[in-house]
Formats: sequence, C-alpha cells, structure tokens
Amino acid sequence: MKEWFAIIMGASLLVLMIPILYRIIVGPTGFDRILCANVIGTKTAIILVIIGTLFDRVDMFVDFAIAYALLNFVGAIVVSRYFNRTVPLQAMEKAKAKPRRRAKA
Amino acid sequence: MIDTLASAVLAESANSPGWFLVHAIGVSMGIVGLIFFLGTAVGVVRFPDFYTRMHAAGKGDTLSTMLMLTGFGLVMMEDFSANSWLLLLKILGIVLFIFITTPTSSHALMRAAFEDDEMPLGEEDLNKLRKRRAKPKSK
Repeated sequence: MKEWFAIIMGASLLVLMIPILYRIIVGPTGFDRILCANVIGTKTAIILVIIGTLFDRVDMFVDFAIAYALLNFVGAIVVSRYFNRTVPLQAMEKAKAKPRRRAKA
Repeated sequence: MIDTLASAVLAESANSPGWFLVHAIGVSMGIVGLIFFLGTAVGVVRFPDFYTRMHAAGKGDTLSTMLMLTGFGLVMMEDFSANSWLLLLKILGIVLFIFITTPTSSHALMRAAFEDDEMPLGEEDLNKLRKRRAKPKSK
C-alpha cells in the first residue's frame, strides 16, 4: 500500500507540474520564472522522498531531500538579491526619480 | 483513485490493525496536499499579474508541501522502533525548514520585483483586459 500511495502521489505531482512548467516557459517577467522554478524545487524534495519509498531506502533519500530544500532556498535568495537594487524603501519613495513602468496587461 | 487507495489501506491494515488510523490520516493528508497543489497550479496559470501569481504560488506551495511531507512521514511509520522515529523526525525537520524558508524566499522575491519597478495591475489595466477578453466572444 505504501508503494501504491507513492506511485499515485508521484504521478499526480508530475502531472500538476506541467502548468507550472508552462509558466516558466511563457512567463512575461524573469520573476515569474524564478518563482515557478522555486515551486518546482520545493516539490522535488517531496518527489525525492517518494523515490526513496519506491527504492525502500527512505532513510538515505530523506537526507537528499533536506539538502535539496536547502539549495533551493539559497538559490531563490541569491537570485532575489541579484535583482535587488538594495535601495531602502523610504528613500525610494521620497525620491520618486522616475515614473514607474506599469506591467503590461 | 481514492477508492484504490482506500481499499489498499484496508487490505494493509488487516495485518496490523493498530496502524490503520495513522495510515488513513497520512493518506488523507497527502490527498488534501494534492488538492492545494492543484489550486497553486491553476492560480499560477490563470492570474493576470506577477503579485497575484506569487500569492497563489507562495501560499499553496507552502501548505501543500507541508501536508504531503507530513502525510508521507505518517505512512512511513510501521512500528515504534528507533529508526521509524528518526525517519519521522527528519521528515518533520524538512517540514519545519520549508515552513520557515518558503515564505522568506517569496518575500525576498516580492521585494526584489517591487524595487525592480514591476508594478501591480491597476483598475484601468484590468478593465482593458476584460474588454480584450470580451471581444472574441461577441464575434
């Protein structure tokens, strides 16, 4: 029963990842892409536990899942720091140097 | 799908009746997590704006991951040996880690997008969108 639960969960996760992959490919801005990549990375931790169930080595694959979740978090933080201009929000509101571009509808 | 899972749970718990409740709770938590992830997928595709998409992805992703991992941890429990407890503890550690880090990374990404002049859609943009969507239907 553990095997059937794991197989059904893994297959549903893979099917539900397709719309998120669509957003990664189509996404208008880079932030959409990195956000959806973050979602898929979080789901990969679950899929690692599922693979561990199927191979009957969950104790080993759980460690992989921990490492993957950590790397995923570090990746998201690094990308957001890279795009961040590190201007304090109050200074930015005070300056209002240029009109902000609106997102395309 | 749920029928298959329920019959499998029943067949398994005939051997060890004490674990039926724990396994049933684990399986139902996994299914509820899948439903939340379905909400995330639909929201990520259909919402018009980066910030609304982030709303769907951040919340649904965190809760569905936590539910699914906890459900798996409960389904893994077979006996009260030290190995089972260690496994459950490790999985709960991942759950705690994800509970802390996914909202943090969502917040950092939102802040980066806001400072990169990515503005949310206003009222007139939404009206334009509605008009554009209404046109092909009328033709």
